[in-house]
Amino acid sequence: MKGFLRQLKEGILDHNPTLVQLLGMCPTLATTTSVKNAIGMGLAATVVLIFSNLFISLLRKFIPKEARIAGFIVIISGFVTMVELLMKAFFYSLYQSLGIFIPLIVVNCIILARAEAYASKNKPLPSAVDGLAMGLGFTFALLLVSTVREIVGNGTFLGVSIFGKGYAPALLFVMPAGAFLTLGFVIAGVQKVRAVREERARAQARANEETKEATV
Amino acid sequence: MSFSDILLLMFTAILVENFIFAKFYGCCPFLGVSDKPDTALGMGMAVTFVMTLSGAATYLVYHLLLVPFHLEYLKTVAFILVIAALVQFIEMFLKRFVPALYASLGIYLPLITTNCAVLSAALLAVQNDLNFIGSVAFGFSSALGFTLAIVVFAGVRARLQFAEPPRAFRGFPITLIAAGLLAMAFAGFSGVRL
Repeated sequence: MKGFLRQLKEGILDHNPTLVQLLGMCPTLATTTSVKNAIGMGLAATVVLIFSNLFISLLRKFIPKEARIAGFIVIISGFVTMVELLMKAFFYSLYQSLGIFIPLIVVNCIILARAEAYASKNKPLPSAVDGLAMGLGFTFALLLVSTVREIVGNGTFLGVSIFGKGYAPALLFVMPAGAFLTLGFVIAGVQKVRAVREERARAQARANEETKEATV
Repeated sequence: MSFSDILLLMFTAILVENFIFAKFYGCCPFLGVSDKPDTALGMGMAVTFVMTLSGAATYLVYHLLLVPFHLEYLKTVAFILVIAALVQFIEMFLKRFVPALYASLGIYLPLITTNCAVLSAALLAVQNDLNFIGSVAFGFSSALGFTLAIVVFAGVRARLQFAEPPRAFRGFPITLIAAGLLAMAFAGFSGVRL
């Protein structure tokens, strides 16, 4: 249980696939025009990640090393097709607004990276948990970027108006340029937080050392 | 499709609906391999090569294999396999017959399989019901748009190396912001409806 929570925390915060590892930029930029799209995209990718990690881990002893990337891609694209058909059947409006970015989950580098770096070397259960953690981390990043873009660029959050009628939305933020700018500022914020935390940890370590020296 | 249709399609794909700045297809290599203009050009050339051929190959696979057997829903799986095989094949072919080109493109080729620009060009060509010539022209011109974007951006990044942004912005964030400014310039084309 403890390991499970630690894995989740690592995926969402410390090793966030988008904000820290800088993977999967295309969907992060493209599907964050509204919070609803971002959540849909994030969860779709999470489902694919959990199942592809699980199956790649189960098959890790049977996939020949030389052909592993091709093998991974076939497994991933199978699950992506399933998710696509399910979304088409049950969430049609979301399916339409995400459009081609659903099949493009196949080439999302986060999924291939987790398959290569984690699932192909670990047991099935931790691999599935890793998929869940990384997927939630990805969803969290999309949520962060889309919240900024929808509020500033459209004056709404999840479709609900926030500033009332008087607010003239900054259209730039829902345009492609706004995607790059918002993500740039969000990642700069993350780097700032990490730098501050590292600085604090270093100061802590120094203080510990001094007290140790003093006692000696 | 008449000749002028194809010209319009190409113009739209290169400038108006630029794969990077308007559609975000292929952002990973765009942000990853754009630190020097000549590597960016190498990547762009490799992508153009693959996308033109994959435009033809995926058209044939879709219309000769998937449609007759009513397997259209498998197109994502089929296309990614075709692209992976194509990339592998091109790599082997170049290594054997055009070693000079292989030496300059070699390292970028394996990366192209997971470049979403290639897959999305194939999927879009099917979605928009393009014919064979249209499909090839669309793949080729989308890739030219990608090359234009990545080479221009590499020029910007070369300058960026001498800039001194605030510490938190160093590295990736300032790169994204520069890309945002370039996207604004490309947004100027979006008014052009052909």
